[in-house]
Amino acid sequence: MQNPIIDFSNFSFQYRAQSNPTLIDINLKINSGEKIIIAGPSGSGKSTLGYCINGLIPHFYKGNISGNLWIEGQNAANLKIFDISKFVGTVLQDSDGQFVAQTVGDDIAFALENDAIDQKEMISRVEKTSRLVDIHTHLGSTPKELSGGQKQRVSLAGVLIDQVNILLFDEPLANLDPATGRYAMELIDDLAKNTGATVIIIEHRLEDVLWRPMDRIVLMGEGRIVADTTPDKILTSGLLGKFGIREPLYVTALKYAGIKITEEMHPSDVSLMNMDTITKPLQHWYEQTVENESNLSSNSVLSFSDVCFSYSAERVVLDNISFKICEGEMTAIVGKNGAGKSTLCKLICGFEKPDKGTIALFGKDMSHVSIRERADCVGLVMQNPNQMISQVMIRDEVGLGLKLRDIPQKEISERVEDTLRICGLYPYRNWPISALSYGQKKRVTIASILVMEPQIILLDEPTAGQDLRHYTEIMEFLQMLQKRGKTILLITHDMHLILEYTQRAIVLADGKLICDNHPAKVLTDDRVIKLANLKETSLFSLAKNAAISDPFEFVKKFISFDREARQTCQQ
Amino acid sequence: MSTVKMLSYIKRDSPVHRLNGVTKLITFLAWTVVCMLSYDTRVLLTAMVFSLIIFKLAKIHLNEVGFILIFICFFLLLNDAAIYIFSPEEGVKIYGARHLIFQISDRYTVTQEQLFYLFNVTLKYLTVVPIALLFLLTTDPSEFAASLTGIRVPYKISYAVSITLRYIADIQTDFHNISQAQQARGVDLSKKTSLKKRISGIAIIAVPLIFSSLDRIDLISNAMDLRGFGKKEKRTWYSARPFQKADYCVITAVVILSIIGLLITFLDGQRFFNPFIS
Repeated sequence: MQNPIIDFSNFSFQYRAQSNPTLIDINLKINSGEKIIIAGPSGSGKSTLGYCINGLIPHFYKGNISGNLWIEGQNAANLKIFDISKFVGTVLQDSDGQFVAQTVGDDIAFALENDAIDQKEMISRVEKTSRLVDIHTHLGSTPKELSGGQKQRVSLAGVLIDQVNILLFDEPLANLDPATGRYAMELIDDLAKNTGATVIIIEHRLEDVLWRPMDRIVLMGEGRIVADTTPDKILTSGLLGKFGIREPLYVTALKYAGIKITEEMHPSDVSLMNMDTITKPLQHWYEQTVENESNLSSNSVLSFSDVCFSYSAERVVLDNISFKICEGEMTAIVGKNGAGKSTLCKLICGFEKPDKGTIALFGKDMSHVSIRERADCVGLVMQNPNQMISQVMIRDEVGLGLKLRDIPQKEISERVEDTLRICGLYPYRNWPISALSYGQKKRVTIASILVMEPQIILLDEPTAGQDLRHYTEIMEFLQMLQKRGKTILLITHDMHLILEYTQRAIVLADGKLICDNHPAKVLTDDRVIKLANLKETSLFSLAKNAAISDPFEFVKKFISFDREARQTCQQ
Repeated sequence: MSTVKMLSYIKRDSPVHRLNGVTKLITFLAWTVVCMLSYDTRVLLTAMVFSLIIFKLAKIHLNEVGFILIFICFFLLLNDAAIYIFSPEEGVKIYGARHLIFQISDRYTVTQEQLFYLFNVTLKYLTVVPIALLFLLTTDPSEFAASLTGIRVPYKISYAVSITLRYIADIQTDFHNISQAQQARGVDLSKKTSLKKRISGIAIIAVPLIFSSLDRIDLISNAMDLRGFGKKEKRTWYSARPFQKADYCVITAVVILSIIGLLITFLDGQRFFNPFIS
């Protein structure tokens, strides 16, 4: 048996500012060349475990350590963060924030510069490493000129240049569109094969990570390791749901069909799954299930007709966009980064004016209505709650919009309290915002928009970076608002979200609206998937493998069945 | 947003672009020192002619800096007006002569000396501004940090400057987005509202901007630590440019010209060229 490259033994860690340890009695051995997923909900300690491996603990985050951690046979307690960076390369979640220098070449060379390596050697090593991740044609580009996937490749090159043996990825898929995420997993897998590096991925999007085979999954819960086993075993264990990790959709589908999942089926890969015992019961379920048609009103509340927009003459951002949003719908706007999704939002809110075409709210042309007046019927919730919160107390933050509209204090209090009740924040009304969790802060920002009683609520990536529990919390809350008659429009990269909650998806690609249809249709249409960097839902592959006559119908039935199942589950 | 773009590096191939960042920084500093010290019209005029020639050499077009030039000219005129209002006889004091052209009131006279003085002040700025602009527009920001280290600024400080340059654009985008979202909530920054409301409106935008920028700083310092920033006393630069013959020539020329300029300025005992008393 070889020596493990990373070895935690009876390891515990407690942050200085916290009263309880974040990691408790960790025993984990990782061998050279292994590919490991560390999964777990927020607060489970998975990121902290990563910080211990790359040396941010104890160098940057202070606290109490007990037990031992050995990295490449050396006691981590005796290593400086600079020593560790020689064998552990970390790729952070936010590849934009990790981009330290001005251009791609400079950024890749950053570690070498710090090592005072000779310029000539640097140039040749940057050239070589950038070829490895296929970014060598962009060495002079600035971060602004790159797509999300390209930025991630730059981050990768920036750590690979040190010839590290261990690659640590902190939620590598969080900021990528589905197709780019897939490509990232392929790249990571190929790199591991070519360099023999050990790969550790901290991620809770299991289905996406499993796009390429992984050796082990380490499941964390409340600071402890609750499972450390193969992907196949963990998918059959039933532990995932218990610890707030979403199981792959096709696994859920199998469960709905009453199929018992076993390790022999090889459930970690939908395309290689053994279908012998699956096909029949799945077909049976498909024939039995009836789809529930949902009734929606056809009152248009927002309409775009032939809207064009561009920031400069060279590039058209939105090209002849026309669509209609009906009252009480939840609609997703999807498409790759830079497709024009955010610009579309800005036009709706009146931050930008269309060059051509009309935008109408409740049938009324909006071209001469100011931002502030529009805000009475459309509210925008930004992605990062820190970008909106300006007050110290929850009550003040939620009431801010009303105060600025010179509404009498008494009415403000009443409306704020009502809104806080709806949002489940009433018990905290007198708390400072800093005491809230990220998910709760998000709720505060939604509440601060809701209080102005807009008919339409616009959300930019409402669930980005959230674990399953927070995701469900936010989405159920939005669904509740929808049931109260609000119209909800959201920008998202999350294909699960589209399938689970929305009635429609509007797909943008390179400024054009290429599809406006039921989510099942969008996620099974090859052309749309390709153009918009989406990815085919695994349900579709499952249905095809099970020889189901109409895979699209299958996906639709699954969605309807799933929504009902979750509803009964809640009641 | 477009103003910032105007003040950032423009990639182009010209003799000025090809110079080392250190050379450009030294030229810029020497130029500024000489032009700020000197009120000698002969020196300033020569410097201005040179700066226009260099501008031409750098292949920077007027329309790329047009807005900022108008902006600067406006402040120059404002400056001239202020000097006149507060000290209408400054020129008379300096040049020790008085050639009255006409009189507006008891206090406000218009003299040849005052006009000549104002002309010199304007000239001063008109020689420095093009060179400052050129320095910003022709120096690759990633080479900028390397240049600072080249003149013995500790690398941690020069990198901080470079990172600031890198993030200015991002923070501006943040500011833009935050301000729009807060305007939708009712923040009014237009002139229609009272000053007090406008100030509180700015706070409503500034607080989230500061907090989201702090998030960024946390992230970037982690990212830098993880890649070994600050490990060694010394640091090399990927995009540093080696000194070339042209650099040595330019620096030598700049040093000689600066000395000549200062000699001409101070040889007659004062900073001003005086055509009124011979």
